[in-house]
Amino acid sequence: MVSRNIPVRETILGGAILVLMGLISTRFAGFVAPANLANVFNDTAPLIILALGQMVVILTRCIDLSMAANLALTGMVVAMLNVAMPGLPIPFIIAIAILLGAFMGAINGLLVWKLAIPPIVVTLGTMTIFRGIIFLISDGKWVNAHEMSAAFTGFPRAAFLGLPVLSWIAILTVIVFGLMMSRSALGRSIFAVGGNPHAAVYTGINVGKTQFLAFTLSGALAGLTGYLWVARYAVAYVDIAGGFELEVVAACVIGGISIAGGIGSVGGAVLGAIFLGVVKNALPVVNISPFWQLAISGSAILIAVAFNARAGQTKGRIILKSAEGSV
Amino acid sequence: MTERLTPVVSMDAITKIFPGVKALDAVQLDLYAGQVTALVGENGAGKSTTVKILTGIYFPDGGTIRIDGQAVTFSNANAAADAGITAIHQETVLFDELSVAENIFIGHAPRTRWGLIDKVAMQRAASKLLQDIGASFDPRTRLRDLGIASKHLVAIARALSVDARVVIMDEPTAALSHKEIEELYELVETLKAQGKAILFISHKFDEIFRIADRYTVFRDGAFVGAGLIAEVDQDALVKLMVGRTVDHIFPERTPNVAEDVLQVVGYAHPTEFADINFTLKRGEILGFYGLVGAGRSEFMQSLFGITKPTKGVCKINGRIRIIRSPADAVANGIVYVPEDRGKQGAIIGLPIFQNITLPSLGRTSKSGFLRLAEEFKLAREYSERLDLRAASLDQDVGNLSGGNQQKVVIAKWLATQPQVIILDEPTKGIDIGSKAAVHEFMAELAAQGLSVIMVSSEIPEVIGMSDRVIVMRDGRIEAELEGDDLSPETLVRYAAGISTTQMEEA
Amino acid sequence: MTDMTDMTVNTRHVPNRLNSHAYRTLRSWEALLLVVAVAIFVLNSFASPYFLNAWNLSDATYNFTEKGMIAFAMALLIISGEIDLSVASIIALASTAMGLAVQYGAGTPELVMIGLSVGLLCGAFNAIFVTVLGLPSIVVTIGTMSLFRGISYIILGDGAYRGYPDSFAWFGQGYIYWVFTVEIAIFAVIAVIYGVLLHKTNFGRAVYAIGNNPTGALFSGIRVQRVKFILFLLTGLMSGVAAICLTSRLGSTRPSIATGMELEVVTMVVLGGINILGGSGSIPGVVIAAFVMGLVTFGLGLLNVPGIVMSIFIGLLLIGVIALPRIWAMIAARRSQT
Repeated sequence: MVSRNIPVRETILGGAILVLMGLISTRFAGFVAPANLANVFNDTAPLIILALGQMVVILTRCIDLSMAANLALTGMVVAMLNVAMPGLPIPFIIAIAILLGAFMGAINGLLVWKLAIPPIVVTLGTMTIFRGIIFLISDGKWVNAHEMSAAFTGFPRAAFLGLPVLSWIAILTVIVFGLMMSRSALGRSIFAVGGNPHAAVYTGINVGKTQFLAFTLSGALAGLTGYLWVARYAVAYVDIAGGFELEVVAACVIGGISIAGGIGSVGGAVLGAIFLGVVKNALPVVNISPFWQLAISGSAILIAVAFNARAGQTKGRIILKSAEGSV
Repeated sequence: MTERLTPVVSMDAITKIFPGVKALDAVQLDLYAGQVTALVGENGAGKSTTVKILTGIYFPDGGTIRIDGQAVTFSNANAAADAGITAIHQETVLFDELSVAENIFIGHAPRTRWGLIDKVAMQRAASKLLQDIGASFDPRTRLRDLGIASKHLVAIARALSVDARVVIMDEPTAALSHKEIEELYELVETLKAQGKAILFISHKFDEIFRIADRYTVFRDGAFVGAGLIAEVDQDALVKLMVGRTVDHIFPERTPNVAEDVLQVVGYAHPTEFADINFTLKRGEILGFYGLVGAGRSEFMQSLFGITKPTKGVCKINGRIRIIRSPADAVANGIVYVPEDRGKQGAIIGLPIFQNITLPSLGRTSKSGFLRLAEEFKLAREYSERLDLRAASLDQDVGNLSGGNQQKVVIAKWLATQPQVIILDEPTKGIDIGSKAAVHEFMAELAAQGLSVIMVSSEIPEVIGMSDRVIVMRDGRIEAELEGDDLSPETLVRYAAGISTTQMEEA
Repeated sequence: MTDMTDMTVNTRHVPNRLNSHAYRTLRSWEALLLVVAVAIFVLNSFASPYFLNAWNLSDATYNFTEKGMIAFAMALLIISGEIDLSVASIIALASTAMGLAVQYGAGTPELVMIGLSVGLLCGAFNAIFVTVLGLPSIVVTIGTMSLFRGISYIILGDGAYRGYPDSFAWFGQGYIYWVFTVEIAIFAVIAVIYGVLLHKTNFGRAVYAIGNNPTGALFSGIRVQRVKFILFLLTGLMSGVAAICLTSRLGSTRPSIATGMELEVVTMVVLGGINILGGSGSIPGVVIAAFVMGLVTFGLGLLNVPGIVMSIFIGLLLIGVIALPRIWAMIAARRSQT
């Protein structure tokens, strides 16, 4: 029996999204208009980028609950930087955001690698520490739109070939990660570490180091999203993206990334994020109060987990010859 | 080939120390090109440590590794692979979610100009390797879609993907069928012809004498002897391994078989077994023989309540009992000592006494409240009976040696005062000296009126210990043998499903 | 095997315990934590003149009582190898249900019943997904975390329920005796119950066995699924109790009530020495951890440190308390090798 790597999970999820959009368009045809779909994609871009980072971490059997705090801290730092030095070119700011995010991710990674502290404990701790630091550096004050330079807030919105730069950055991230996971040694090691960490050692892969790199990558993406978030919403304060880390994990879970590690795909993470994005954007349009959003995404997680677990179950050993034909 | 030849690889006075234990003490091991060296030793002799040192996973604390006479150090597993040493390990070193080709080449995949993995080159190389070892599946297949034998072939292909001069095989035939074992022997001959040095680790003497040219014996981490296989026999090897001659005579028993204790009628499961019917008498040792995968353990676990049968009735002392969980089984006097003692037997993290009393808490506790004094008393009674070696009863059971952990598991079940004790491969992976002790013990249990069901794949053990033997094949009972009908030939015949005429032709 | 005459020669005497009770207690995590607690207490009393005031200290206990009630149940759950991140959302749903009932004229006894029932039902919901469907508890409870609070939002939107009966305030604002609040009394009772349950009963032993080796426990005759089901029920129930206390204390209900509390509860449990991976830990440890967290928050509050900065200390404490012993061990190992 040869599996041609038809991604069953992802196909079903993609189908579910199409069905969902179909249902929405019966209530409001304008939803599936290309311009609106582009809007939805753009709105979901930060979640897509973060989901990719979280995916890498979860694949290595870890979890990163500090992503949103990382995002918020980096966002605040670059916003304050922009206020203090409005002339600083945007590419420079983005580089700083990514590096700062990566640095924070690396702290998580080091604690997991070198001190073997369980990731949920590490990121629970760094989550509150990062948020607290935002308060310390900003003194609780907000950075508002009028204090940011036009270049700063304008960059993610700038249109390029019909899509805002924010969308393009998401697309670029997807491509880079897609390539990395399937074609680079690091990418395959990430799957190996999550699938069979014991065996990974025998093949010369350093499990702890791979997890460290996973956290650094997710931190880098959180940093990047930090800039994009404060620039797009044109505001920076302590509580931005509060609780968002759980939405990111939800996107991964819905996308078929197994919390046990080793199973999942870039496509799945992206589709999981898009699913949540479609739901969020569709609610106001079909006159369902936004208060339903939380319950819907909660139910989606439960359904996705139940479905993925069922699909992934290995069949019991087939010993009886008579059973071989029927199963 | 003269003795003056330089070994391809040699371990000179290699020592390896772990906290509290000296795994290897200045051992010597030489591997020669085009020859198979068997590394022989009991459990705990240091064989797997040796493999890990040769493959760069552990670093020696003393001594030198030499390749072609030159001293080398392996800083990590990749360095050992680069030096041409590859291994087929006992445990699966494979990744279910990756493809066959990726599994073969993980850690050393061919790259394109930009540093990414060259998928086309990788598939091509994988195809060739698979063809060389007679595998017919597509290298793009995801590993989880293959069966066990195919996965094993992938492991072999992986070992061969490294341009190796030294191939280490650690218990390679454990999960293979007869046919696959023969194919493996052919592979070994091919490798020998290619001039590779092979280190072959096995417990099975017939294999050792079949394919090895040389032998090296370790005992308790020390080197005790080496030489040519042609110049030694089984008894001599055993003596070196154990340090004394071991008469592998099974305990003499006067079977004191009485009334029916257990009657199994019509047990069936959709995919694992069907039509299981037999009776077990008090004081009897009933052997269950069959090839690996015949369904014996699956049935036993169903009898013990771990899995649910779709049909079937079980009568204990004449009365019908429903067993749907291990708790039910224990309450009815049936206990099960699993094959996988580490994962399923002892609970590492809990102290010895708690392990022993766990199924018996109903008796030691009062209205659900623990009574430690009673627990210690019970634990002491059974640990003394089994001569358990430990620093204290509240020590973590994980600190004990394998043999003592086994004793804790047995103590745990004896403490429930069962009627029927099911032993699944009780002496698998246990050294010769301890095997004899286990057999003595089983005989004693039967003499005391317990009924023993022994699942075993070792013919001498099955014949030597059992009063009756049930042979299973493909999930069904093929035969029930005793007395004169019980012989190695009939066991093999029924287990493999060979008819009489075929046997006569062989 | 051995006959009577050999007994005196061959049988080795294996003692019950190697080390005395005092020795083992002294070297435990709980002892270390107690030292930390005392140190923080002393520091606080120097840092602020308002600290050593009985009534202030009494008020300070609210910092940890509700979280602590849940933490005891959560501790057992984590020891067994599972986790429940939906506890704060259960509080939200239970509180919303109570608030809704108030609008229909329910009195205090009915409110208590409703609070506890909703807690139990939510716990059962989690239990079914984890034990019957066999799904990993971390993702199930991340799902129910959104679902339960989501239902609260659907019912209540961004409004608030008020108008709780006066007698209801007793739970969160009443006093048992002098400075001792009703909540601290409930906390103490629950601590004792869980302490006995975990350390002195067969059930508690089963929890430890499951946490160390679920397969081994199953093969030893323990009804693993049943035990885990009960643990989720208990966690839900305790969340219901905490919901009653918290709602009573605040006097109102919003769907955003207790946001983030689940992580504080987990922090309390881990700080208390419970291994997040399961298998070990004790109730006294959780009690001390509750006090430590309460002392830190109260002390910093007296110094007018904003809440969000306080969390930095808690985060550092959490990581530090686990990291420092490991760093110590690494240094010791390196020293013994040279």
